[in-house]
Amino acid sequence: MDSITVLMTSPMSDYLETQLRDRFNLVKLWTYSSKTDFFKHNSHSIRAVVGNTKIGADAELIDSLPELEIVSSYSVGLDKIDLRKCQEKGIRVTNTPDVLTDDVADVAMGLMLAVTRRVCECDRFVRRGLWPKGNFRLTNKFSGMQVGIVGLDRIGSAIAKRAEAFGCPISYYSRSEKPETNYKYFSNIIDLAVNCQILVVACALTKETHHIINREVIDALGPEGILINIGRGSHIDEPELVSALLEGRLGGAGLDVFENEPEVPEQLFGLENVVLMPHVGSDTVETADAMADLVIKNLEAHFLKKPLLTPVV
Amino acid sequence: MATKDNEVEDHRPLVLIHHLPSFKLPLQDRLITHFRLFDSLASPEASSVRALICVGPTPVTADTLDHLPSLRLVVGSSAGLDHVDLAECRRRGIAVTNSGDANSENVADYAVALLLDVLRRVSAADRFVRSGLWPQMGEYPLGCKLGGKRIGIVGLGSIGSEVAKRLVAFGCTVAYNSRNKKPSVLYPYYANVHDLAVNSDVLIVCCALTNETHHIINKDVLTALGREGFIINVGRGALVDEKELVQFLVQGEIGGAGLDVFENEPNVPKELFALDNVVLSPHLAISTPESFEALNEVIIANLKAFFLSKPLLSPFQQE
Repeated sequence: MDSITVLMTSPMSDYLETQLRDRFNLVKLWTYSSKTDFFKHNSHSIRAVVGNTKIGADAELIDSLPELEIVSSYSVGLDKIDLRKCQEKGIRVTNTPDVLTDDVADVAMGLMLAVTRRVCECDRFVRRGLWPKGNFRLTNKFSGMQVGIVGLDRIGSAIAKRAEAFGCPISYYSRSEKPETNYKYFSNIIDLAVNCQILVVACALTKETHHIINREVIDALGPEGILINIGRGSHIDEPELVSALLEGRLGGAGLDVFENEPEVPEQLFGLENVVLMPHVGSDTVETADAMADLVIKNLEAHFLKKPLLTPVV
Repeated sequence: MATKDNEVEDHRPLVLIHHLPSFKLPLQDRLITHFRLFDSLASPEASSVRALICVGPTPVTADTLDHLPSLRLVVGSSAGLDHVDLAECRRRGIAVTNSGDANSENVADYAVALLLDVLRRVSAADRFVRSGLWPQMGEYPLGCKLGGKRIGIVGLGSIGSEVAKRLVAFGCTVAYNSRNKKPSVLYPYYANVHDLAVNSDVLIVCCALTNETHHIINKDVLTALGREGFIINVGRGALVDEKELVQFLVQGEIGGAGLDVFENEPNVPKELFALDNVVLSPHLAISTPESFEALNEVIIANLKAFFLSKPLLSPFQQE
């Protein structure tokens, strides 16, 4: 298939890059000095785009690639892909569900534990040589804390299963109730926030869920409440979050995603009740490879006219 | 016994609060409704007191016991009792209790927190973001997947069982080593820690510190655990040969470590401060307000049972 030209939008994975280069004619968007330059050389040959959470396939890109047949995303999130345009033009879209569910759920738990038990702060305390001068203070018990989940799909369910093992009562807010679970359903997010101690954002980013965590929700969660985000930065009104934390209106936050990555509000750097990670939810060796393999398998299936493994459109 | 009309007879049993100057018993004021308290071995009451509460790591030695000829019960305020001369207590017919299950959930939570942090680089990533490096450096090194890891629990007591229960929900498999195999437990048992290490990706050390378990994690075990292996210690520092562990970490011969305890607290080997695959914590796996409440209940329950000649709530068992 090395006559088939595939566009990779950003340097997301060395392993994936190698696999694509071995199988297809690989074009790397980031090696071009300008968009015009790129479009001039390649627009008519590209038949597939491999995008990720940084750069996907927006309307401009899709419109400029007349031979585009498939967008295979190295992510489960689809917010960087213009799905409607793909549908209109008959362009297939695949993503990488399931293979990353466990790892993202694990980071959500890691953040919850790190914020409530102040693990990172303790580590800093020891590394700064402060222990000989006196003990660290008390932190809150995690087991048994009420956990509220926004979005109970694959990742949300995986988080619930883990938190249950710590004796945490689980409640959730979702587009629709899931009667097959035993968890308590709230039909609006304010009620969920009022009734939990830790609120976890695990839903997909859509027009409806943009800034779903706003000032009202943050105030409902309250000065003892903890907010965890492993979804997308734009789920949260970030300036509101920052001022709530600075003013003590929110107890703490664990964030793996931000509105304008890789920029993170600097006011957070001085806070001890937050834990910040650089969008690494699915970033383990094992999962990165599994995601890459899925991207490749979807592309090969498409060009061999076989059924796609994980189609979205 | 004759009493004056305006005096109320005090039926509260006498209990010694045995504590080093720097250690206070949390919630001590709750105890005085049930017990008469004093806190000095030099007091005349030392000769008649039958029970003592041992605060934190305050040592109970043969010398301590020599001051307390009527003592029949030592109530510990922690899960670990390595600061109590258990052999001497046994010789003198003195029962010993520990904190039972009061702290087990907190310690188990902390063990999982340390493991997640080491594997997924939570603290290291937090440092990376706070240093402003993300916009400059773009990508961040990949972590290790927790799901599917083989967890080896060293000491499957109350704490070890709570750890196992949590990690099973993450898709891990569990095996253990204890002094004896537990017939009601379904996890695979290994008769020695070396064999457990050979068959594990992660060792979580939860056992009591005794003469037998001193340095139970030694060079041989660390070698068996291997370059891709991880170790979490929420037991006691001396369960691990710290010098060896530091060497293994510095040389990259082991995957990483999460440590809440050290051989010579509060001193921590400085070589560890430069490592990103190590998470360090100042011995506070139990330090939540809830754990002190729970501990208080266990202490009172054990003392009440003793003075009523009923079975003790949490007599010390070695796992």
